[in-house]
Amino acid sequence: MKIQQLSLFAENKPGHIAAPVRLLAREGIDIRSMYLADTQQYGILRMIVSDWRKAAQVLEAHEFVVKVTEVLAVEVPDHPGGLADVLGALEGTGINIEYMYGFPYLLGDQAILIFRFADPDAAIARLQAAGINLLASEELLKR
Amino acid sequence: MKMNSILETGVTDCHPASAPDYTPIEQLRELQLRRLQAVVARAWRQVELFRARMDERGLGPEDIHSPEEIAKLPFTEKSDLRDTYPFGLFASPMKEVVRLHVSSGTTGKPIVVAYTKEDLDVWTSVMVRCFAGCGLHRGDIVQNAYGYGLFTGGLGAHYGAEALGATVVPTSGGNADRQIMLMKDFGVTAICCTPTYFLHLIERAAELGVDMKELPLRAGVFGAEPWTESMRRHIESASRVEAFDIYGLSEIIGPGVGCECRRHRGLHIFEDRFYPEIVDPTTGAPLPDGAEGELVLTTLSKQAMPMIRYRTRDITMLLPGRCECGRTLRRMGRIGRRSDDMLIIRGVNVFPSQVESALLEIEGTLPHYQIILTREQGLDQMEVQVEVTPHMFNDKIGALQGLHQRLQGALDHVLGIRVRVALVEAHTIERSQGKAKRVIDRRTS
Repeated sequence: MKIQQLSLFAENKPGHIAAPVRLLAREGIDIRSMYLADTQQYGILRMIVSDWRKAAQVLEAHEFVVKVTEVLAVEVPDHPGGLADVLGALEGTGINIEYMYGFPYLLGDQAILIFRFADPDAAIARLQAAGINLLASEELLKR
Repeated sequence: MKMNSILETGVTDCHPASAPDYTPIEQLRELQLRRLQAVVARAWRQVELFRARMDERGLGPEDIHSPEEIAKLPFTEKSDLRDTYPFGLFASPMKEVVRLHVSSGTTGKPIVVAYTKEDLDVWTSVMVRCFAGCGLHRGDIVQNAYGYGLFTGGLGAHYGAEALGATVVPTSGGNADRQIMLMKDFGVTAICCTPTYFLHLIERAAELGVDMKELPLRAGVFGAEPWTESMRRHIESASRVEAFDIYGLSEIIGPGVGCECRRHRGLHIFEDRFYPEIVDPTTGAPLPDGAEGELVLTTLSKQAMPMIRYRTRDITMLLPGRCECGRTLRRMGRIGRRSDDMLIIRGVNVFPSQVESALLEIEGTLPHYQIILTREQGLDQMEVQVEVTPHMFNDKIGALQGLHQRLQGALDHVLGIRVRVALVEAHTIERSQGKAKRVIDRRTS
């Protein structure tokens, strides 16, 4: 159920996102989703890629600092209130969302959101109990 | 107006406190020997480390028969102050110590210096002699923009200027706009601060539409960091200030070890209180006047914390010959550089090793780092760039910001000055032969 996400440290300066992205392109690695969290000085580029092992290897070989984090890909009904229902399932459980971002493809009429939880196992149990579908990485990456 | 006209006739140094500056040479050497013998005896009696080192050399306090024989004595190093932190080199019981000051050490711990009442009186007296030599006197309004507190600069200059009979405005450092307002409103005639801080005040005054040349400010006593003749020319062309170089260090007493007179041909060392030597920084061998080397100082009358042959790490020379001003005191040249890697930032001493100890404390391992020094609007800025290692990196912004704040806090705490911390990508700090260059100094003087 867990998806491997790559995070990359980047200074907030022109060209600092282009360099790692170009490296991945050269290796034929597809970036399926990405999100940039930034401050004035630096940012964290988070990516879900077609082959995370190879991507991490390539980036590390080029001296980028990479961290692999486990995130969840959650199906969210693509209509008003869809997200509210998903979040409602977590309410009162003390399960904390560290951050979340959208996945740029729909699966039928389902939107997909990427969640980073402090405790992913607790989140999996809770979401599944509430009948919310989590995608495995093969499903997420097959398109 | 009257004061100014006296100065313009060139009549100076009329302060009675300046009398020891003119002691005939033979009498001065005799006084130095007597005081040297006394201070060596005191240190030998009271300071375990010094006595042990004398014993190793088979020396006793009775073995000094001339000032030159000081070369037989063991050196004292900054590391000795660190190793005996906090009170190990004190030669007076705490009940006789009336003041403690603190200066930068080379690691996380600072160094401590102590003063008895008599030590403070001596300190004040040498500061009075500095100011008198700069042509200041009763009636002058002295703005003291050295930092007050643990740093010796603020209180040293303060008590000296008061004892001179001047009016002291104790502004301490910072808040340039208020400094300029008070300077203007009070008709301040002299300022004490670091030379770069004065450059900053010049720039800020121009921005505020205050013409420094219209102010009655006519003397600046600048120290706590090395500066150059080109800075003097800049200061003296942008204001009516006559710029004086003053030298000192906490380990010896604070400011007031030496100061320029109005001839501006080197800094007179108050030799009746501090015995100067120049040594080869590598071998420690004494060098003659006129030869460049490391300045070594011995306090001739310090009670609470006598320093015998203290290695200052400042590179300079003792100028041969006598000054035209008539003082018999020898002069030292400006401090150009140091024999160690100490940096001086806004008057505060900083060692790269302090930065290392702060980073180690936070990270547990030492990341690659680089110190970048720049001068912005006349003020020194220090940036510490730290490479983000896989060990430090986290995919959460909050965690990185927390790390950033911890690094910032640890550096501020250890260095005692505000620095900028920048997290940078791994392997972006340039390495030469595998070793990173730790300090990039882009300050121009």
